[in-house]
Amino acid sequence: MIEWFKSHSLDWEWLSRNAGMIGGLTLEHAILSVVPVLVAFVVSIPLGYLVFRTGRAANSLLAVFGVIYSIPSLALFVVMPAFLGTKILSPINIAVALAVYSIALLVRSVVDGLRSVPADVKQSASAVGYGGFRRFMTVELPLAMPVVFAGLRVVTVSNIALVSVGVLIGLGSLGQLFDTGFNRNFFTPIIVGLVLTVLLALIADAIILLIQRGALPWARGRRVA
Amino acid sequence: MNLFDFLLVPSNWTESDGILDLLVQHLFYTALSVLLAAVIAIPLGILIGHTGRGSFLVIGTSNAARAIPSLGLLVLVVLLLGTGVFPIILVLAVLAIPPILTATAAGVQGADPEAVHAARALGMTGGQIVRQVEWPLALPLVISGLRSATLQVVATATVAAFAAGGGLGRLLISGQRTNNYSEMFAGAVLVALLAIVLDIVLGGIGWLAGRRARPKSKMTIEPVPVHT
Repeated sequence: MIEWFKSHSLDWEWLSRNAGMIGGLTLEHAILSVVPVLVAFVVSIPLGYLVFRTGRAANSLLAVFGVIYSIPSLALFVVMPAFLGTKILSPINIAVALAVYSIALLVRSVVDGLRSVPADVKQSASAVGYGGFRRFMTVELPLAMPVVFAGLRVVTVSNIALVSVGVLIGLGSLGQLFDTGFNRNFFTPIIVGLVLTVLLALIADAIILLIQRGALPWARGRRVA
Repeated sequence: MNLFDFLLVPSNWTESDGILDLLVQHLFYTALSVLLAAVIAIPLGILIGHTGRGSFLVIGTSNAARAIPSLGLLVLVVLLLGTGVFPIILVLAVLAIPPILTATAAGVQGADPEAVHAARALGMTGGQIVRQVEWPLALPLVISGLRSATLQVVATATVAAFAAGGGLGRLLISGQRTNNYSEMFAGAVLVALLAIVLDIVLGGIGWLAGRRARPKSKMTIEPVPVHT
């Protein structure tokens, strides 16, 4: 019984000895998961607009993005070198794969957001003389943004959870701690890895929420799931 | 070395623990854990959706579930309970619960209030309303929840090979250990195809159910899938 508790409780000494390494992995984890979201955000807005403009074909195009999103992450990580010509151990594989997922989901959010803009608002904008581009930038896009931000939060949180899987193909991040813990039958790194990953996701989610509050004051009080 | 080398050797498919065995194992893991999750999540979702109580629980679990790294949970449970099929099924089922629960609760709660009021005015009991009105209306959404859960499980079952599980993930892990990229590539392609096929099949079933539930409605609401 005592033995069980000894082997199942946190080893603080190991923790303090490896604090630097854990900090490094956390930073690596954060960069590896957030950079693809930023890239995807920039790419998805014009891409989503184009999909939206196709009208009837939009749903079929979104279905294609849905299929991409359904590919398991580990599988996508592994096939990346075949497409990119990178080495299997390159972090580029994970970054690109996560960007692909993020784009697949965000394009859908952009289209949903643009669809949610009421027709009379768009007509009013045109009636007072807004051209197509100005109407998009100053009326449609801002009104679509709350939905896009909801997608952004989902993508960021799921990316942070996904990065760990990369350790199975030999890449760093907090997933390393799961590998260490499993190989040495040692609980502390696993618990630390789980807690830090969830914490990172919560912090990232809160930051996006704050940015949304600041940048989209008109969305306040309007709930978007 | 050719990418498709591994896939093109017939004995790799048929030998024991070959591709076919692993595929069957993968499907077995997936079916059993989604079934287990559905048995828990569907009744609970109906209860929450029907009474309107405990929605915070649903939103909370679905948000939290998205943040949990499946690999970490898997490794933790396997270290606690030992290797074998049971701990893996347990983790997969736990991860499959939130999408089914969220979708079921949302579907039942979102059932057309006019239909529900009409049913109540006709004197239907709570149980009858659930069975004859809310459930049929919620079914398309429940199926889309099952679809997200299945994709989640197919993906996590791949990772399970790391913790001594079977399934197609084994090709990825053993390919990585023996530095055989064509074996890894085979595993990845097969897992991706499996996920896509299941997604399309369940999507089709959901579409049919949707047409039956609301023949004229154009609206489909889909919960955001959780991903591993």
